[in-house]
Amino acid sequence: MAEKFINARGMQCPGPIVQLFKEAQNCAPGDILCIEVTDHGFKKDIAAWCKKTKNELLSLEDDGGVIRARIKKG
Amino acid sequence: MDMNKKTIIVFSGDLDKAMASLIIANGAAAMGNEVTMFFTFWGLNVLRKPDKVKIKKSFLEALFGWMMPRGAGRLGLSKMNFGGMGASMMRTIMKQKNVSDVQELIETAQSLGVKLIACSMSMDVMGIRAEELIDGVEFAGVATYLGEADEANVNLFI
Repeated sequence: MAEKFINARGMQCPGPIVQLFKEAQNCAPGDILCIEVTDHGFKKDIAAWCKKTKNELLSLEDDGGVIRARIKKG
Repeated sequence: MDMNKKTIIVFSGDLDKAMASLIIANGAAAMGNEVTMFFTFWGLNVLRKPDKVKIKKSFLEALFGWMMPRGAGRLGLSKMNFGGMGASMMRTIMKQKNVSDVQELIETAQSLGVKLIACSMSMDVMGIRAEELIDGVEFAGVATYLGEADEANVNLFI
């Protein structure tokens, strides 16, 4: 199972989810996507995105302004 | 993945409103939606090429075309535009904060497969020709829009 890292720091809405969506299209089910974002709206957005796109949010942490999410492709 | 549809009518040619509509469109596309944007009246200016296109037009058509902003890079704000000063301030702030401008948002929309449709009737009224609009735009009328809207679960008029 592959793991993909996406650096979306500094990107504003909807940049991070657009980036995530594009990368997720090239992933196989079960692959892990790890994304780092500085847009603080992303914390709520990522949950909605995962629910809508049927992907699983494994973890979400705020590391002093850098939001790190790990997602399992559904 | 749920394939929901979203339709957006872009009636306004204001910078802020064009941004809002494109951010929603790109967000929806990134959530796996099929998105159609229908540009009509002032909204057509968002799709205009920045360069002058040489076409034979009637006097009134030419005048109209000259008075309206030529493309996404020249749009004004819906509030506090102050003859373009407000819009240029907004563009500077957007650049500082790394917010995509309207041109970039259009490119992203096209890369995500968002359908951009220009209303042929309002093009005719405003004297805007197909050659004056950016590549990749489709041309259609109200029936196409209604057909798409019927299948959509969100429809916005901006």
